[in-house]
Amino acid sequence: MAFIPHTEHDVREMLEAIGAPSIDALFDEIPAALRVQGLEGIPEGLSEMAIGRLMSERARQDGRPLSFLGAGAYEHHIPSAVWAITTRGEFYSAYTPYQAEASQGTLQLIHEYQTMISSLTGMEVSNASLYDGGSAVAEAALMAVRAHRKSKSLRILVPSTVNPNYRRVAVSTAGNQGLRFETVAYSRETGCIDPSALETFRGEDLAALVIQQPNFFGQFEDVDALTDWAHSAGMLVIAVVNPTSLAMLKPPGEWGAKGADICVGEGQPLGVPLSSGGPYFGFMTTRLEYVRSMPGRIVGRTVDLEGKQGYTLTLQAREQHIRRGKATSNICTNQGLLMTAATIYMSLLGPAGLAKVAESCMARTQQLQSALCRVRGVRAAFVGPRFHESVLLLDRPAAAVLRSLETQGILGGVDLAADYPELGPALLVCATETKTDDDIERFGNALGVALQAARAA
Amino acid sequence: MSQVPADRRYAKSHEWARLLPDGSVEIGITDHAQHALGDLVFVEVPEPGRVLAAGDACAVVESVKAASDVYSPIAGTVLESNADLGASPELVNQDCYGRGWLMRLQPAASTALDALLGPAAYSAQLAAEGG
Amino acid sequence: MNQILEKSIFEYSREGRGATAQHPPALSGAAAAAAAEVQSTLPAALRRRSKPLLPEVSELDVVRHFTRLSQLNFSIDTNFYPLGSCTMKYNPKACNQFAMLPEFLARHPLAPDSQGQGFLSCMFELQEMLKEVTGMKAVSLNPMAGAHGEFAGVAMIRAYHRARGDLARNEIIVPEAAHGTNPATATMCGCVVREIPVDAEGDVDIAALENVVGPNTAGIMLTNPSTLGVFERKIQQVARIVHGAGGLLYYDGANLNAILGKVRPGDMGFDVIHMNLHKTFSTPHGGGGPGAGAVGVSARLEPFLPVPVVGREGETYRWLTEADRPQSIGRLSAFMGNAGVLLRAYVYMRMLGRSGMSQVGEFATLNANYLLAKLRAAGFDLAYPTRRASHEFIITLRRQAKELNVTAMDVAKRLLDYGFHAPTTYFPLLVPECLLIEPTETESRETLDAFVEAMVAILAEAEVDASKLKGAPWTMPVRRLDDVRAAKQLELTWKPVNSAA
Repeated sequence: MAFIPHTEHDVREMLEAIGAPSIDALFDEIPAALRVQGLEGIPEGLSEMAIGRLMSERARQDGRPLSFLGAGAYEHHIPSAVWAITTRGEFYSAYTPYQAEASQGTLQLIHEYQTMISSLTGMEVSNASLYDGGSAVAEAALMAVRAHRKSKSLRILVPSTVNPNYRRVAVSTAGNQGLRFETVAYSRETGCIDPSALETFRGEDLAALVIQQPNFFGQFEDVDALTDWAHSAGMLVIAVVNPTSLAMLKPPGEWGAKGADICVGEGQPLGVPLSSGGPYFGFMTTRLEYVRSMPGRIVGRTVDLEGKQGYTLTLQAREQHIRRGKATSNICTNQGLLMTAATIYMSLLGPAGLAKVAESCMARTQQLQSALCRVRGVRAAFVGPRFHESVLLLDRPAAAVLRSLETQGILGGVDLAADYPELGPALLVCATETKTDDDIERFGNALGVALQAARAA
Repeated sequence: MSQVPADRRYAKSHEWARLLPDGSVEIGITDHAQHALGDLVFVEVPEPGRVLAAGDACAVVESVKAASDVYSPIAGTVLESNADLGASPELVNQDCYGRGWLMRLQPAASTALDALLGPAAYSAQLAAEGG
Repeated sequence: MNQILEKSIFEYSREGRGATAQHPPALSGAAAAAAAEVQSTLPAALRRRSKPLLPEVSELDVVRHFTRLSQLNFSIDTNFYPLGSCTMKYNPKACNQFAMLPEFLARHPLAPDSQGQGFLSCMFELQEMLKEVTGMKAVSLNPMAGAHGEFAGVAMIRAYHRARGDLARNEIIVPEAAHGTNPATATMCGCVVREIPVDAEGDVDIAALENVVGPNTAGIMLTNPSTLGVFERKIQQVARIVHGAGGLLYYDGANLNAILGKVRPGDMGFDVIHMNLHKTFSTPHGGGGPGAGAVGVSARLEPFLPVPVVGREGETYRWLTEADRPQSIGRLSAFMGNAGVLLRAYVYMRMLGRSGMSQVGEFATLNANYLLAKLRAAGFDLAYPTRRASHEFIITLRRQAKELNVTAMDVAKRLLDYGFHAPTTYFPLLVPECLLIEPTETESRETLDAFVEAMVAILAEAEVDASKLKGAPWTMPVRRLDDVRAAKQLELTWKPVNSAA
């Protein structure tokens, strides 16, 4: 019996104490018509040895190709200590820290996380994390609408340089509460928000402008000008940022004259493995004045009855288990384990290490772009500085090229045809600090082969 | 045993309203309410100029246990809100009928308080609720 | 448990210190040239000028600090944790081990399906197994937590009514005992909440239900067994009434552990359910997450499932997205959901298998009823004394509160001194001074006996000297933290001691 310790003797004695003839009798309040006899469609159980073998085979089947994929999830070196500590039973199998005295480990860790991520983003306060970057954008939109003192607008500006999946999640999540997400076009030359397109919205009643930095294409937006524009037009600013990049970029709290109002992003780059898309975590930071509008858990420092410093969940009255129908959100969880990993990662890397990672990523992407643009039929889409991704235009449809690269053991990039057909054949490529000279050379050669094959076809 | 002063009137949702000499109406929450909430940590009050109908949610009182809406017992326009509550929300616990007042309204009608419960009726409601 | 508090990581910082073995290697050649180029073209206006407040510490500092922090926690691995409605069962190490195989960890979410057949086969089979245990027709693994799954469920109900032109249906009925996420979810979906009472025996008040259903009813959100720890005996009647009025039934799967292998929500008449994989299917609670809230639906809601969903064509698996499923309520996460959590649930379900899963419901219920019998015999008051326990049950300390001036909170704190994490306190809100107790099936009767002994000892202490409870816990690193101060004087980030606060 997997993980059930009871012997037959135990069962007998326990039934006697209950005064029931059998375990089955304990279900006698359930109408007989509803009782199932067994789960026929489920295969019989496996020993750990057998399931281990099965999983190893499946993992081997998938293998580990050389990957240049980005688009919101990034391959970084994760120090061994991160998951060795995160999977300690005391972190892994602990519950939400509602009983503070029994959870000072988790609570203090969250407080340290809040400190690090607030500072990294240049904001005053943080929550204990949300599900992922996409849902964090949705929550930020809802929060902006709640917190905006002067406007009751439900309209949010989401430039097309924001990750298209973030927009989709925002629509699915916040659409039911009446929020409307409007697009702003980008410049074909720079791959950044087109200021004249933005200007057409001046004078309209809008709750917030979302600014992603670097944007989905990897390009750097003019965040100061955009922030000032939004504030002058009466909108709040929602910043969506890459945490690695913040080691070397001006953080949202310092954008423009007044700084962004709400800051969110995907925390996966901070020590969380790619793992086919999850679990990740979303971070959210904001100004102190908006803290009561912020969803999610928050940890505060306080004292106990002996005057000792300790940590506890605070501002819970906003949350679902108390406010119920009027809660800021229905969110009940935070991504505890992932936030734990990120906190350990940030502690190991520190400001210097994280800056080196960021610099290395930028350098490798520049190196990659140069190498690939030397291949016939490849050119960069946009001018201007970028972080660790680049859009490359090809002279053949990207899908076939990617398939050919795959046969050569390389995942060459994300095909932008579905979301940005106006670019023509385009690939979003990414090189992080994990890529070497050999990797880049190999990709260049393979891409040449793939394009030649596509031309011949 | 909750206090229910005789010099004002009450709403079923545990707010009180008191006519001031200048014709404005002062509003707060009752002793029963502050006791049920526990120590207040934050009070959100409306801005002057806000127009309220009777029954509109106009303020939020927050303790560690609960964040409750406060409903305006009468229709009127907000003249001022209690500025001391920002730094000292505990005033509502300590002196809910005096220094813990929430807001003062210009009533829409001079007869606004007539529709509310008198002290005896409110006390009876509390007794029926078991509080 | 470690009783010595640990200082803040920032207090270890020394300028210039770092875990240098973890830094990327220095660049040379083409890479170094590229680095110089990007640094020279990065506009000054975009550069960071202030150092972020991250620790500057050695790797050993990090390992010691966080290891010590972990030792300040209660956890399933170290303590009995009978939190009602949370299902704190053993998290098998195998689940973690195999979900973290290097190839699974390294796979990018946007890698092609052709390079993920191993992973996708696990996801597909998980969908199939979840359909089977719940009796539903189709499953999506996308939602990232229970509350997220709830959102998907209510959104699907709304989408269903809208697709039929039934735009007036915006009311969601919720029993007053429901978990707070239920009304919060309804509101997030743009619905209005109608609460109905439960009767003295813990069943939904049928007369009240009949009163509240009508042409505006979108649906009802229920959990069965309910949050009161008892089986909703009138469920078939409830289903008839709500369906009869044109509404749909939503099942909150928080208590699925009680009936796993014994009853299926689909058979009870539910149209949509969410499952808490971090409860019933033993994925880790992780100090607050990540969860996974897979949703299952009946045939009529199938078109509306959130994307992506795994499909199979012959022997090949692939993700079905918005393009394949145009009526979907959409995507709720940037990628496919909490893949790593889903892999853990898959391993768990494969290890338990057919008989193992039936035993979950059986032994969870046996343990709960045993604990109920022993506590009742020891003089504790049950909230629903005429009912069987499901996988959990409620005792009320209202009498002790009155006679001895000790509250459920006092007992909960004193239990910590005995090495037990307290049961859930003050939920459901309906029962005063309550403890909601859920032992789960992975606990031995010795552990349950020890828990009863502790409760008896604590009650005896209360009768002699209530201050022993009121001052508890005595043996924890901190005691009775000041919540009011935490909320009034917000200290949400660490500040150096000498800075102006």
